[in-house]
Amino acid sequence: MSYEAKLRVWRGDDSGGELKDFTVTVNEGEVVLDILHRLQATQTPDLAVRWNCKAGKCGSCSAEINGRPRLLCLTRMGTFAEDEVITVTPMRTFPVIRDLVTDVGFNYEKAAQVVPFTPRERDADGNHRMQQIDVERSQEFRKCIECFLCQDVCHVIRDHEDNKAAFSGPRLFIRAAELDMHPLDTRTDRAAFVREEQGVGLCNITKCCTEVCPESIKITDNAIIPMKERVVDRRYVPLTWLGSTIRRRR
Amino acid sequence: MTDLERHTYDVVVIGAGGAGLRAAIEAHEQGARTAVVCKSLLGKAHTVMAEGGIAAAMGNVYPEDGWQVHFRDTMRGGKMLNHWRMAQLHAQEAPDRVRELEDWGALFDRTPEGLISQRDFGGHRYARLAHVGDRTGLELIRTLQQRTVALGIDVYMECTVTRLLTGEDGSINGAFGYRRESGRFVAWQAPSVVLATGGIGKSYKVTSNSWEYTGDGHSLALQAGATLVNMEFVQFHPTGMVWPPSVRGILVTESVRGDGGVLKNSTGSRFMFDYIPDYFRKETAETEEEADRWYVDKKNNRRPPELLPRDEVARAINSEVKAGRGSPHGGVFLDIASRHDADYIKKRLPSMYHQFKELAEVDITAEAMEVGPTCHYVMGGVEVDPETAAAVVPGLYAAGEVAGGMHGSNRLGGNSLSDLLVFGRRAGTAAAARASSSTASALSEEEVTEAARAALAPFEREGGENPYTIHQELQQAMNDLVGIIRTAEEIRQALERIEELKVRVQALTVEGHRQYNPGWHLALDLPHMLRVSECIAKAALEREESRGGHTRDDFPGPREEWGALNVICTADGQDVALSRQPLPVMPADLAQIFEETA
Repeated sequence: MSYEAKLRVWRGDDSGGELKDFTVTVNEGEVVLDILHRLQATQTPDLAVRWNCKAGKCGSCSAEINGRPRLLCLTRMGTFAEDEVITVTPMRTFPVIRDLVTDVGFNYEKAAQVVPFTPRERDADGNHRMQQIDVERSQEFRKCIECFLCQDVCHVIRDHEDNKAAFSGPRLFIRAAELDMHPLDTRTDRAAFVREEQGVGLCNITKCCTEVCPESIKITDNAIIPMKERVVDRRYVPLTWLGSTIRRRR
Repeated sequence: MTDLERHTYDVVVIGAGGAGLRAAIEAHEQGARTAVVCKSLLGKAHTVMAEGGIAAAMGNVYPEDGWQVHFRDTMRGGKMLNHWRMAQLHAQEAPDRVRELEDWGALFDRTPEGLISQRDFGGHRYARLAHVGDRTGLELIRTLQQRTVALGIDVYMECTVTRLLTGEDGSINGAFGYRRESGRFVAWQAPSVVLATGGIGKSYKVTSNSWEYTGDGHSLALQAGATLVNMEFVQFHPTGMVWPPSVRGILVTESVRGDGGVLKNSTGSRFMFDYIPDYFRKETAETEEEADRWYVDKKNNRRPPELLPRDEVARAINSEVKAGRGSPHGGVFLDIASRHDADYIKKRLPSMYHQFKELAEVDITAEAMEVGPTCHYVMGGVEVDPETAAAVVPGLYAAGEVAGGMHGSNRLGGNSLSDLLVFGRRAGTAAAARASSSTASALSEEEVTEAARAALAPFEREGGENPYTIHQELQQAMNDLVGIIRTAEEIRQALERIEELKVRVQALTVEGHRQYNPGWHLALDLPHMLRVSECIAKAALEREESRGGHTRDDFPGPREEWGALNVICTADGQDVALSRQPLPVMPADLAQIFEETA
């Protein structure tokens, strides 16, 4: 049942670091996070790794396993051969703090720039009324556990640090789409916000974000593409343009 | 101290789960300069793991529902040991607290009329849990997080508070802690501090709780002079995962049963029919046929026994396993696959489907789950005033799981999220009010220096044990000796182990340096875990009866004299002292509710 696995774990801080080799016992059904916890308890008590729920619900334990952005708690050891060397490294898009822990402040800064939810008034009896079918579109995006793996994998910022100022990334695009499609939200400038403030234009729809999403949110198809189309609608469709121009003249 | 980051606020909230964020939002809206201090990143608090829903008698599905019925259910679920006034305020205010979440962006599932949908849960007479699939906690945390961000409230992420600071008059004047990232120390000066730190589950081996649940809030309160009430009551959720070992304890939502799932033993029998206590007999179905009819016609049928309060179901599962009728991995079977089609299950229980598929390679639409009890929630906590959430220490407030009294001896599912909102808001209001009329005294430099010295002590020592070993031993002891079924003999053994571990903690050493060092963090969490474990064990030894989340094999069944008594813990140097205190008496007009609807 149990076996000895070979692990290579990146250890270091913002001044540099290296991959270190470890041999750790693995039991049936364990995930990579279990193995890192065993490392902490038996070999490296100061190994830094974030985690909370250990059930794929909180999005804390994001890292890269054999170069792929993954949640450590949802990656079963059984998906690797017993003699395979498993390499665990921190998310590459964000600055390293220590070992597998990165500074994900970028995502919080971009979230703070989102124009807040602006609801319509309640009905006279104090309730809001919405149909299930109308809430489901935004509910899909509200499944997001903010693991930031979509941000990590997005080549616009993964490979181009200088794009970070102008580009919010997939996590924040689905936030904007969620508000845009929210039945109660009264703002009409969400699409303009995605274009002008969040820099959605830099996205060229490679769908890497959708591929890594542990919640299987169709980030590209259901959020980014519709938001891009809305941007185009608003701006360039001649009839819309004519209509808004005429209205403005009045 | 020079190497110290200092801040001044009106209100400092410790904890960023549902209660902490709701308190901070309220304090901010009352005009207080407010900060939230939390151990994890914002949005990762344990609230995120709540699945089923928020209990609130909105009457959207059953117009017959109202606060009186919710109040009655809550008190009966807690075996009448709840603080009646907390249970009343909770039942009365929960609907408004849910409605305002919609104004902040929450998107609950809907009824055909477009109102917030409400689902069935154990112990609730009517379907009353507002929900979003089975990820309601995520919706709650995200809504409050986004509101907090929109209001511009200061959040100190990944900071751990190691000590509450008090002035010469004994009132709160701030808190001291460290940044996990750098290990650097921080002091917050404030006349009001709200504890919203959650629970204690990390003292147990099998638990649904995350690493944050070290009982630090309970322990900090105790050290600052506050009292804890009824710490013996620990809820073991009946359905945690049991296999594979690495996921043992992870929660399987009660919604599985609310939506039609049934519990079976190895012979295929729905054993819960054999465990219906007299107390709930009148409202529980006697046959499978009646129980099944209830799902479609609740007015003319009684509830399935699978939906008895959690303490009853957890004990029944424990008994079945002990009697040799368990599942292959030491649990029982929870079956929804044979009761609903795959589409229904995936729609109603998406995260359970996902969780079992990813972690156990089980398809819950095709086969039964294996489940067993897991340490889930502590009913005991900081003794507070129901109106203000104020502890006995001036300037200290507590809301959510860290506070006691609301749930009596056993909490109903769905009553936690509503508790967070109702008493989070009340704590925020009261904390802001105090701050508007009083200022914090200057922090004692001596106290701050001592707090820093204590935090660094594990680095100074050499050759001691590693903190992980001590933690594992504590978890094993609490699990084996102060678990779901208890005896005086075993509790005494646990107390001996705790005393021994208290000595060993004083000598442990940590490796490495202060920057993001989990070994050091655990070393500082351990004294809290030991202190709350001592509270639980001592209170459990004191209460010589069985009631709710406290079952004594040597004192079976509830005893009338204990039904009117709270067990109070206070700090006595490095030890815990106990006293008994009469339960507040419910006014006659409320007591009548139990006669009318019994």
